[in-house]
Amino acid sequence: MDPKSALDLLSIDHLLSDEERDIRDTVRKVVDDKVRPYVADWYEKGDLPARELAREFGKLGLLGMHLEGYGCAGTSATAYGLACMELEAGDSGLRSLVSVQGSLAMFAIWKFGSEEQKQQWLPGMASGEFIGCFGLTEADYGSNPSGMITHAKRDGKDWVLNGSKMWITNGPIADVAVVWAQTEDGIRGFVVPTKTKGFQANIIHKKLSLRASITGELVFTDLRLPEDAVLPGVVGLKGPMSSLNEARFGILYGTVGAARDCLEVATDYALSRIQFDRPIAAFQLTQEKLANMALEVQKGFLLAMHLGRLKDEEKLHPDQISLGKLNNVRMALEVARMSRTILAANGVTLEYPIMRHANNLESVLTYEGTSEIHLLTIGRALTGIQAFK
Amino acid sequence: MADGQVIGNIRHIYVGVRQESLVKFLVCVKQVPDSWAEKKLGADARLDRAGVDAVLNDLDEYAIEEALRICENSGGNGEGGEHSITLLSMGPDRATEAIRKGLSMGADNAILISDEALSGSDALATSLVLAKAIEASGAHIVLCGTESTDARMSVVPAMLAERLGWPQLTFAGELKIDAAANKVTIKRMTDEGIEEMEASLPCVVSVIEKINEPRYPSFKGIMAAKKKTIETRSLADVGVSGDQVGSASSWSAVVDSALRPPRSAGIKVVDEGNGGNELVSFLADKKIV
Ligand SMILES: Cc1cc2nc3c(=O)[nH]c(=O)nc-3n(C[C@H](O)[C@H](O)[C@H](O)COP(=O)(O)OP(=O)(O)OC[C@H]3O[C@@H](n4cnc5c(N)ncnc54)[C@H](O)[C@@H]3O)c2cc1C
Ligand SMILES: Cc1cc2nc3c(=O)[nH]c(=O)nc-3n(C[C@H](O)[C@H](O)[C@H](O)COP(=O)(O)OP(=O)(O)OC[C@H]3O[C@@H](n4cnc5c(N)ncnc54)[C@H](O)[C@@H]3O)c2cc1C
Repeated sequence: MDPKSALDLLSIDHLLSDEERDIRDTVRKVVDDKVRPYVADWYEKGDLPARELAREFGKLGLLGMHLEGYGCAGTSATAYGLACMELEAGDSGLRSLVSVQGSLAMFAIWKFGSEEQKQQWLPGMASGEFIGCFGLTEADYGSNPSGMITHAKRDGKDWVLNGSKMWITNGPIADVAVVWAQTEDGIRGFVVPTKTKGFQANIIHKKLSLRASITGELVFTDLRLPEDAVLPGVVGLKGPMSSLNEARFGILYGTVGAARDCLEVATDYALSRIQFDRPIAAFQLTQEKLANMALEVQKGFLLAMHLGRLKDEEKLHPDQISLGKLNNVRMALEVARMSRTILAANGVTLEYPIMRHANNLESVLTYEGTSEIHLLTIGRALTGIQAFK
Repeated sequence: MADGQVIGNIRHIYVGVRQESLVKFLVCVKQVPDSWAEKKLGADARLDRAGVDAVLNDLDEYAIEEALRICENSGGNGEGGEHSITLLSMGPDRATEAIRKGLSMGADNAILISDEALSGSDALATSLVLAKAIEASGAHIVLCGTESTDARMSVVPAMLAERLGWPQLTFAGELKIDAAANKVTIKRMTDEGIEEMEASLPCVVSVIEKINEPRYPSFKGIMAAKKKTIETRSLADVGVSGDQVGSASSWSAVVDSALRPPRSAGIKVVDEGNGGNELVSFLADKKIV
């Protein structure tokens, strides 16, 4: 009997339209050509040719792909999820680049920006000419962003921004930052060109996770912005939270890709590695691992597809995204660890993608809402009682 | 025509100036089994295509890309553009998948000739059917890949040119079209040097992979492809009768086939001072030296 790939087992591809499959296959090809041969080196160096990649992705239409107008492709949400899945099968760092660009920075401008802000930034961000970042988290305010210290004060018609943001993906390479800050009216978003005087970005080194992604600290010192730099469409935490929901949606697909990649590598390895004169795939314990992993990866994919269809019908609730993100990141981490045991010593090197995925997924478990916060969100949905405040 | 023998010469087949700059491109595209997949011959000694992923023939992507680039540099194609790019394929209904990829890249529309009677057609029959469809299409220039990755005969472009009575510019590594001057120029890279050839429209050009780097279909392209038409035609529509094609009337038939024998273990030469001699006598035995 010919071995089947784990994702063929349930024929999940049947749930995809031709168009979704074409988009998925195109991203897979681009990842195979432009990412896979190099990503282990980027990871080892702790760097990423983000600009080149952004232009390449921009040509495809990957950046802000599920947004309408302003040079964006305007695909379905499901297609966006499938693209994230292929990117993250390459590396979570690439999916992060695309999530932050499209779902956080572009989405915030697209949803809450003025017409001028949209015209000024979105076409260039869609093409990859401009890179964006999203500054919400601060060193002392992570899970609880409502306490943020960064603030913007009126000075005549201008705004003056002071404070700092921490753990900001794309921060040190960005052309434009969407920064959330306290104001007299509550938390508001600002569109900040990074060339503005008073803007400084420092790279965060020594990460052991998401090394093929550039993370930084943003510091604002008496940074002066014109009146129209504020996002007019939203006041309060609802602004950043609705952007985060977009990105979390990408993650609940993306992590299925990382898990699938681990499982594929582990399966190939198990078939070719001989111990005690047999491929280790012939041992029942190995088959149990492979079967359990295949089960979980497919359940995760089905969950993602269900949530994708709900999103395309505009019926997806944030609690459902929490459930999806929680499950699929947890699942992917488990699969990565289990796959690693099949590769044993080889599994701990960068010669294989597994440890890289496993390490990446630790960040993915934390950002866009920690697993604890998502658990408490589901708890609140079930009990009506908010336990995290 | 012995194109391969002229090095560095320019050959004119000159028919005077055209009045218009519009160019109707027709790109011949074939659906083939994924080149990475293991290929098997079925009981009828024909390629078993059922179990393998089918894709657009590699070199045909280069041909499409070249047409797109020429259009992009001179007035565009499609809605609002000056030129047009039509894909032409002969194959089973399933070939629409490969055609869709070409449309996603940016071609405007497609013709698929699909007919039960075609199965088992050889290159002569294939070229007959394609040539009939090309004649009816009003195309000014036909672009082909130089060869398919499955049957790899590299003959269809030349056969098309012969049947149409059009000049052929084959193995193009570079292509320029000056439509108003009615001049098509190619560069053909050979081991001996670069041949530059010229012909007038209409003509047939086949391309090699050095000509460009095909684009990935963009998401906008993929979504737009859904709305483009793939016109399916039967043999009768094309004006060819069933007894001119298919395995029964093919000039060539696959009589037999055998699997490649499994690799046997090689000979290990241990160098004990006579290694050089051993190697030479091994090569001499195999009649390699
Ligand atoms: C690589 C990377 C990239 C990032 N990129 C960005 C970015 O682009 N933009 C951005 O704004 N942020 C970004 N972040 C920040 C990320 O969103 C935060 O790290 C995350 O929100 C958690 O905040 P924290 O690290 O301060 O943890 P804390 O909030 O200090 O949490 C510490 C622990 O306490 C738990 N905890 C906290 N509160 C509760 C509670 N009420 N009940 C139970 N448990 C609780 C948490 O779940 C966690 O386990 C990034 C982080 C990483 C690692
Ligand atoms: C294993 C095998 C052996 C074969 N041996 C022979 C043989 O000995 N003699 C013989 O006559 N036939 C043979 N055939 C049949 C042959 O595949 C078909 O005749 C085929 O349509 C043309 O040959 P090709 O694919 O080699 O074309 P090539 O000449 O290699 O293709 C060059 C270009 O022509 C165009 N083109 C070719 N086919 C099509 C098509 N169907 N639709 C649109 N454009 C097309 C494409 O642009 C392509 O890039 C064989 C087939 C197989 C699978």
